[in-house]
Amino acid sequence: MAMKLPKKDVVIIGLGWTGSILAHELTDEGLDVIAIERGPWREMATDYPPNYVQDELRYHIRHELFLRPDQTTFTFRNKTDQTALPIRTWGAFMPPNGVGGGGVHWNAETWRFLPSDFVLRTHLTERYGANFLPGDMTIQDWGVTYDDLEPHYDQFEYLCGTCGTAGNLKGQIQNGGNPFEGPRSRPYPNPPQKQGFGHALWGKAAAELGYKPFPQPSGNMSRPYVNSLGVRQGPCTYCGYCEWFGCGNYSKASPQTTILPVLVRKSNFSVRDQSEVTRINTDRSGKRATGVTFVDTSGKEWEQPADLVILAAFSMFNVQLLLLSKIGQPYDPSANAGVIGRNLTHQTMSSVNGFFDKAKFNFNPFIASGAIGMCIDEFNGDNFDHGPLGFVGGGYLGQVQTNGRPIQTAPVPKGTPKWGAEWKKNVADYYLSNLKGGSIHASMYSYRDVYLDLDPTYTDRFGRPLMRMTIDFHENELKAAQYLTDKYAEIVKAMGAKIVEKEPRKGPYDITKYQTTHLNGGAVMGADRKTSALNRYLQSWDVSNLFVMGASAFPQNAGYNPTGTVGALAFWAAKAIREQYLKNPGPLVDA
Amino acid sequence: MRKWRTIAATGVLVGAGLAAYPVVRTMASDSDAQDFAQIERGRRLATLADCAACHTNKDSGKPFAGGRPIETPFGNVLAPNITPDRETGIGNWSDEDFDNAVRQGIDDEGKRLYPAMPYVYYAKMSRDDVKAIRAYLATVPAVHNKVHANQLPFPFSIRWTMYAWDWLYFTPGEFKPDKTKSPEWNRGAFLVTGPGHCGACHTPKSFLGGDETDQALQGYAIQGWFAPSITGDKVRGVGSMSIPDIVALLKTGHNAVTGVAGPMAEQVADSSSHFSDADLKAIATYLQSLPGGNDKPPSPVAQDDPRMKAGQAIYRDTCSACHGIDGNGVPSLFPSLVKAPQVHAPDPTSNIRVVLRGVRSAATEREPTAPAMPSFDWQLKDDQIAAVLTYIRNSWGGAAPAVSADDVHKARDELADRSD
Repeated sequence: MAMKLPKKDVVIIGLGWTGSILAHELTDEGLDVIAIERGPWREMATDYPPNYVQDELRYHIRHELFLRPDQTTFTFRNKTDQTALPIRTWGAFMPPNGVGGGGVHWNAETWRFLPSDFVLRTHLTERYGANFLPGDMTIQDWGVTYDDLEPHYDQFEYLCGTCGTAGNLKGQIQNGGNPFEGPRSRPYPNPPQKQGFGHALWGKAAAELGYKPFPQPSGNMSRPYVNSLGVRQGPCTYCGYCEWFGCGNYSKASPQTTILPVLVRKSNFSVRDQSEVTRINTDRSGKRATGVTFVDTSGKEWEQPADLVILAAFSMFNVQLLLLSKIGQPYDPSANAGVIGRNLTHQTMSSVNGFFDKAKFNFNPFIASGAIGMCIDEFNGDNFDHGPLGFVGGGYLGQVQTNGRPIQTAPVPKGTPKWGAEWKKNVADYYLSNLKGGSIHASMYSYRDVYLDLDPTYTDRFGRPLMRMTIDFHENELKAAQYLTDKYAEIVKAMGAKIVEKEPRKGPYDITKYQTTHLNGGAVMGADRKTSALNRYLQSWDVSNLFVMGASAFPQNAGYNPTGTVGALAFWAAKAIREQYLKNPGPLVDA
Repeated sequence: MRKWRTIAATGVLVGAGLAAYPVVRTMASDSDAQDFAQIERGRRLATLADCAACHTNKDSGKPFAGGRPIETPFGNVLAPNITPDRETGIGNWSDEDFDNAVRQGIDDEGKRLYPAMPYVYYAKMSRDDVKAIRAYLATVPAVHNKVHANQLPFPFSIRWTMYAWDWLYFTPGEFKPDKTKSPEWNRGAFLVTGPGHCGACHTPKSFLGGDETDQALQGYAIQGWFAPSITGDKVRGVGSMSIPDIVALLKTGHNAVTGVAGPMAEQVADSSSHFSDADLKAIATYLQSLPGGNDKPPSPVAQDDPRMKAGQAIYRDTCSACHGIDGNGVPSLFPSLVKAPQVHAPDPTSNIRVVLRGVRSAATEREPTAPAMPSFDWQLKDDQIAAVLTYIRNSWGGAAPAVSADDVHKARDELADRSD
């Protein structure tokens, strides 16, 4: 029997980027807000201090910052006719846990999506005709446009202190920036980070091939920054320990370094950490949320009543809580009906390995940051003519080598023995003169048979069904990956590499190979409630006092890192709640 | 030895003590509960005097309800309840009683207070000032909370020993402006030596805990920290900071070269961040006019000293990521080890503590970041900490006595027993 706590105006599930933003915005509105976070409270200097955080074994190999699969996990299968099994070690993606969420361990690559990404189906159909798209591709428009979100991208970038070179200022294309980006209302708050030799050389080769390279927009600071809330960050030291690490140097934008210091000073904000929300409660009609139930580490169950519920967990857990709380119609792929669980997407990451003459090329790969690098956007979204290519979608190509960490940076050309003198010689020869990987960061569009539902067999410690992922790559994505990899390899050749090894992403989807943590969709936004769980303000179509943040709202994935768009959507939803919903609680869009 | 002397001296002085002090009990507060101007003035003065710092127990969070242990070199004193509760607070006190306590160090029963209550400084306030504080305190919520203030060991537990102490160290009398100085300087002098009671931490103390007034505000080791010189001394004090720098430090907890930590972080957050800019400027003006110590700064430890070489290697490896290779830090985020006065304090207590324990700086409205430094006690050995601190204190043009491994060892032991 749950102990009932005093009612709050707002309960927020999860205190990562979006939970922090909503908490900040709604406490500013004078509301009494509580956030409930499954993982621990985390601070920069005490939890990831610079005197031990550069520990690759602890954080990268042993996954210190992530949810432990023995607390909860997902089951996985490629096809609907297979039996899904539980994931016991994270591989393809890394579910965050704890205050700050993924904002703690991200690389801080802070992109905006293309204007055409938000009206994808309309755009592609207009350009190529309805028959150009695969029949089982379920992409759709977002119900929100780039122009709607531009002020909120700006808000998020000025919160984070994003470093970059504008490519399009109010419609004027700028030299040195991304000429394909949507118009931005003002420049980035900070200049781009410095580039390493490898990054710069790649950019030069790309320019010589006629492309327009630009520095990757980075949430790792190029200089000291005071953000829009008066919170300070320090300059990045280019230590190369960003992805899967926290930054105790205060130089990576995260909730802790941008927003929580202000939030924790507010008397109308409180947080319960180490507390896992097990369901969103609704009244008898099922149309109104009454609060949430959560369990603390003593196993004690609590009910937190609230007038407004903000679901701000990682995308997969958002979907799971909706299904377990019986909010919205679960997706059924055979009938192609229902919305909760529909349009799960991930991404395809491909790479090209370049091996160079060590006498001429010394890249010092350890001088790096998570969002360093030079990129081109000629092959992203619909920036290029897909007509003759037979696929849609794309991604940015970037030389974004983020580290030269000792355990995992042992580059050797194919054919090298796995151990012994020759392996050692090759590692020694190529550690400094290899460009590891390279980022071919491509979209994954949505399909009828890629989705989330509740597993029929496996349960968590509370007896709740685990979330089941059914996911595989389709031909469209694999073709795109091959095409982009070929284009990338041309640039590496132009740089003067001795050996160029291409590694386009191949199917089937493999749970053991890291892609990105950009698992999106499952509770998507849209203009039509038949094909979306949320309206254009991230408000549940079914329960109007429930708003669902995060990338679970993406109808399909674009060829970028999602956090910029996740942040912009959070500010966009917060504005709608502050300016529309609170004045007149109820559905913001008629359906 | 020193302890023995303290006890012996105390005994001798007590022998010459006085008879019970007669106090006339009068009516409880006669302030007008609607006198907004007086209550508001009292609130401002209570903030300047930071009454809440000691009289609010952080655990209960109930303002002015007392119970917070105040550490003295002789033991702990619990701050009493000063809410208007009639039974356990000061609700039954007359204004006279209150004035006697604040400005004379004598409670409502005629007993001597311990100087953990800074009446030595508060005496500089006027009777009207104190009446205004009383009027304000009469308006805060009454909290029933019985506090047994005296937790001191014998012989300090004997209250009347304080007669002798007062005779030695307490000069009653309101603040008298110096006509040769500007009104701003005089305002600063009043705030610093009166309600602000800066000397309580920053002025060196005698073995009996009384102020060495000829070394006013030149720095003193207290509560596990070294409260640095806040005189106009250009190296160890605030002499090299501009007036706006000092104002920013007291207002926000941070400025271009340093940030506050420890008890001072609490003081800034609760008290000086709420002062008016004019008052802060007055304080800065007064502090800069104060003389530093006469002793000349030492010559720096030689650059080729093995401790300096080892210290440099450790510094580059473990400190430079935030404080920079050149020690300059990042303004208002990571202190400058070149310019922060604390770095070159003759007494390295705070330097050692910060490295061993780590530290969190102040969070204020204007500077909410509250950057923190991690602890190195598990990572660096005594001689390594000594080397890196010796390097920091003697590099980039600075000079301060070397830190020994023994200093670090002692600090480690002492900190092990400290819960704060």
